[in-house]
Parts: sequence; structure tokens; C-alpha cells
Amino acid sequence: MSKKLNAVIIGPGNIGTDLLMKMQRSEWVQPVWMVGIDPQSAGLSRAQEMGIKTSATGVDGMLAKVAEDDIRIAFDATSAYVHAENSQKLNDLGVIMVDLTPAAIGPYCVPPVNLVQHAKQLEMNVNMVTCGGQATIPIVAAVSQVQAVDYAEIVATVSSKSVGPGTRQNIDEFTRTTASAIEKVGGAKQGKAIIIINPAEPPLIMRDTVHCLCAGKPDQVAITESVHAMVEQVQKYVPGYRLVNGPVFDGNKVSVFMEVEGLGDFLPKYSGNLDIMTAAALRTAEMFAEEIANGAIQLPARG
Amino acid sequence: MDLTGIKVKLHDMSLRDGMHAKRHQISIEQMQFIAMGLDEAGIPLIEVTHGDGLGGSSLNYGFPAHTDEAYFKAVIPKLKNARVSALLLPGIGTVDHLKMAQANGVACIRVATHCTEADVSEQHIGMAAKMEMDTVGFLMMAHMISAKKLLEQAKLMESYGANCIYCTDSAGFMLPDEVTEKVGLLRAELNPGTEIGFHGHHNMGMAIANSLAAMEAGADRIDGSVAGLGAGAGNTPLEVLVAVLERMGADHGIDLYKIMDVAEDRVTPMMDQPIRVDRDALTLGYAGVYSSFLLFAKRAEQKYGIPARDILVELGRRGTVGGQEDMIEDLALTMAKAREATHG
Repeated sequence: MSKKLNAVIIGPGNIGTDLLMKMQRSEWVQPVWMVGIDPQSAGLSRAQEMGIKTSATGVDGMLAKVAEDDIRIAFDATSAYVHAENSQKLNDLGVIMVDLTPAAIGPYCVPPVNLVQHAKQLEMNVNMVTCGGQATIPIVAAVSQVQAVDYAEIVATVSSKSVGPGTRQNIDEFTRTTASAIEKVGGAKQGKAIIIINPAEPPLIMRDTVHCLCAGKPDQVAITESVHAMVEQVQKYVPGYRLVNGPVFDGNKVSVFMEVEGLGDFLPKYSGNLDIMTAAALRTAEMFAEEIANGAIQLPARG
Repeated sequence: MDLTGIKVKLHDMSLRDGMHAKRHQISIEQMQFIAMGLDEAGIPLIEVTHGDGLGGSSLNYGFPAHTDEAYFKAVIPKLKNARVSALLLPGIGTVDHLKMAQANGVACIRVATHCTEADVSEQHIGMAAKMEMDTVGFLMMAHMISAKKLLEQAKLMESYGANCIYCTDSAGFMLPDEVTEKVGLLRAELNPGTEIGFHGHHNMGMAIANSLAAMEAGADRIDGSVAGLGAGAGNTPLEVLVAVLERMGADHGIDLYKIMDVAEDRVTPMMDQPIRVDRDALTLGYAGVYSSFLLFAKRAEQKYGIPARDILVELGRRGTVGGQEDMIEDLALTMAKAREATHG
């Protein structure tokens, strides 16, 4: 039996397609299905050309095939509005859901910080927070692992071209979800998130600033080491994740300046914000597959 | 230019844009004292918010002396006629902040986006309009795009429910002809019932001239700041604008001597530094850079020894937009590294 877990991608848009391209290189996850709701969708025909099974009637169009095709992992790259239903239907059939929408039904997952925990507990639905969260929460965690962080704040600056209509219509969701995950996953007592959209041409690469206010004087050596180690962890799945400046220390404040360049699979390289989401989602599924392969967890029973 | 009998609504910025110049440290007493003076002088609208709008309280922009809520609660009950507005930048503030402002008696909400990104304002403008607030769409850094593109973005905000649209010269870059063209096109193409506004900065010394050009082109509202207290070289100094409008016979509704006194006796004494077109403020205007970057660049110069002018010019070259204050320290660090590499 192959160690790879078979997967379905829900949503054939930019994110879903980029995810599909990354997945084709994966040793742990095999893309089998891609589903959408528009038969004319360019994403679905691209998937077909790559030999992927497709359905234009959403998740319902493939539910009957879940057992037959041994589908174990689902990625939802649609919207918060339909996610709950998608998740319920697939979870009922024993499929683990990786949620790239802002629905956040399941716990937040930032791979280098808490993925191992989620995998060991076999969480059936994990949420990938936001692009800004994936880029910055590892750094907040790197600081809070050394000493208590009273307040952490992140500023994510992304190119206008990389921000889709969903994010634009509900930009408050980005600030709220990211702030909440800075606290729950990053370990800061209080979190704040700011997003800036910049239309410059050529488009700027995603950049992120992380400020932490430590309880007491920061341990400069330990924090610097911890930040560098964390950057290396993220670079394992996002090679273009770079520390540009810092950590800079000013009183109790620690500031770190990051840049995130994507791999340029389907999405352009400047949209590191989208790349870090798809890469983190795939990394998440791979960890589940690894834990299953080494016997640490059992595949959920088929309902 | 003939502005005889032209009606204009003047909107004071000293307690919001002026927060930038005061590093967001204006006291409750100062806010009350200035707002009451403006009210007595006949100013119909006074903006009170953190310099970066609702939710702006942060390490990135600066923690204020008091919360927006505390300022609203202190200032609004003291006013007889003037109404209070609040600024909101989507991505920084949220609909929750908007509801808090409305609950505290804020009558006018100004939803500000970069001039190309109006579509992030739909939920905030929609909510403010639904709550029947005076709802303004505020298109910042308007010098960066053509009049035609500005109009497209203005129409989006209008479609979400804004009853007034601003052409905002955040960098103090515009010259009067550009103001005439942009405000004129907005006036010609937006719904006749939609008001048009202009917000200037004095970085190139053009704030008064630009405000007059805006009025001539059909602007209904003009932003200014008593004694010019605002980011960069400040906003259009209101007492000066009122004196000019008085000479021109425009219908401004303000008591000139009273507003002169507020500027001289209440605002000027609390300034941390003179608000003037110094070398760095002039660079903002010349290079087209967001005015609130001024003090951040000056601080980075102090800390890293890179001239503020060099930092600001580079920020302009990179096409930075409002809110990217974090870029200033990052860039200064990078420039300092490059300098070390050259000299080391």
C-alpha cells in the first residue's frame, strides 16, 4: 500500500491550482480530485489536463467516490460561507479537512508552531488562519517560547494584485482572525494585526513586520537564536521566507522585518502571501500522512 | 478667480491629523479646549481620532495618550453646534470600531483607502450608511493616479453608500491644475447629490491655493487644520484660509478673529515643533510621500544616521502608500547596512 494519502481540492481558483501544482511534487499527498461549481472553470480544465478527476457540482459530485478512491484529505479553498457544509460532509466520511477559508471551525494551524500537536490528536478540521498569520505567527511564537510576550503586533503589506475579492469584501476578517491567532497560537497575551495593500508596479513581494512587547527586558541572545531557528523551520516549506532585518531591540520591544517570496508555481513570485498559505496547507497534510505512515496515529474509520 | 458667494463647509483636522504632529499625545484637556474654541468660531465639523484613524493605537503608528473612545466621551458633550467625525482605514480599524464611534456620538465617518483600493471599504461604508451617518469616502494619495482612475474608485465608494467623496492629497504633492482636473471630474461625473471634498497638505506650500482651486472646481467641503497642525508641513491652515475666503467674499460661515485666536492662543502653544515647510517636509511633497512618515523618518535619522531626506526619497521611489510606517525603520536598517558595506 502506498504511503501517500489521496486528496481532494475544493475550489479550482488560483489557490486551488497553486496547491495542485505543489502537491504534484509531494511524497506524501496525492491529488486525485478537484471540484468546483462552474463547468466552464479554467481551473477545472487545467486539472483535467493534469489527469485529475473533476466535478463541477461541488463536493456532492464526488462524495460517492470517496471510499472507492480512498480519499483521506480535503483542502477547502472556497469561502467561509460554504466551508462548514463541505467539512461536515467529508468529515462524516472520515476525510480530514484542511481549511484555507476564514471559516475557522477547527483550531488554527501554523505548521512550525502547533502542527505536530494537531496531527497527534488527529484533528479532523484544521484552519490555516490567514496569509499574514502564517507569515508572522511563527516569529511571535519564537519570541514567546523564550519569554512571556504581553503584546504582539504584525503589519502585513501585500501587493494589490495578490488580494482577491473575498479578502477585499471582508478585510475585517483578516485583522480579527490574525489577531486572535497571534494570541492563541503565537502565545501573546494580546494580539493586533494590520494589513496594508500596495498597488506599486512591479508588484512588491509580501513583507511583514512583527513587533513584540516582552514582559521584562528581552533576552537578546536567546530571542535572536530562537528567531533564526524558526525562520529555518518555515524555510523548509517556504524557501522564499527571509529575515530582512532584526531582531531589533528597543527597551522591551523586539522588532523583526520579514519578506516572503513565493515559489512561482501557479501564482507569481511576489504573491508570497498566497504561496505561504498553500505551502502551509500542504505541509499540514503531509505531517498527517507522515504520522499515519509511522503508526503514530490511525486513519479515521470510514463512517 | 471668483468665489463670491460660493458656499463651503470647513472641516478641522487639528485633533486627528494634528495627532501625527503630536505623536498622538494630545491630552483630553487640550482636545476639549481646542474643540470648544473651534465650535465657538463656527467650524461645523471637527475630526477627533488617532492620527491613523480608529484602531490606529499600535506600536507601528504609536500608542496614543488616550483611547478614541475616551476622546469622544470627553469632547462630544462639550460641543454646541459642531459635529464630530472619525477616520477609519480598513485594514487598521474595523466595523467594531465604527459602531463604537457611532455609539459615542460621532456623526460623520470617513472611510479612507489608498486611491486604487476603494473596494476594501465596502463593508465599512455600507455599515456607516446603514446607520445613517454622514458617510465619506476618502481616497488617499490621489496624486498617484489619473483623474479618470480616481473617478472609477470614487464611483465604487459612492455605490457602497458614501454621500461625499474626497480627493485627498496626502503627500502635499499636487499643484492647483491637478486639483482642478480631479475635483472637476468628480463633480461632473458623480451623482449631483454626492458632495465632493478636498484634503490638502502644505508640503509644497500649495495648500491654500489648492483648496481654492478645489472650491472653484466644485468642492463642497474643504479640510484644514487650525494653525496647520497636521502631518508633514501640516494641513491647510484654517485661519489663513478663512481670511482669504473672507477677502474673496465666499460663504464660509466662520468667525475670522475667533479662529485666529484658537490658532494663536490654543494650538500654537502646544506644538512640539513648529509646523513649517522644513527640508524633510518639502521632500515629502516633492517626492510624493505620505505626510505622516515625516517624524518617523526623522527618528530613523537620529537612530541610524541615514538622512531623513534620503529615506523619504527612497520610500517615494518604491511607491510606498499610507500606513507603511514599518517600512521606514526597515529601510533605514537596510540603508545603514549598505553604507557599512561600502565604507567597511
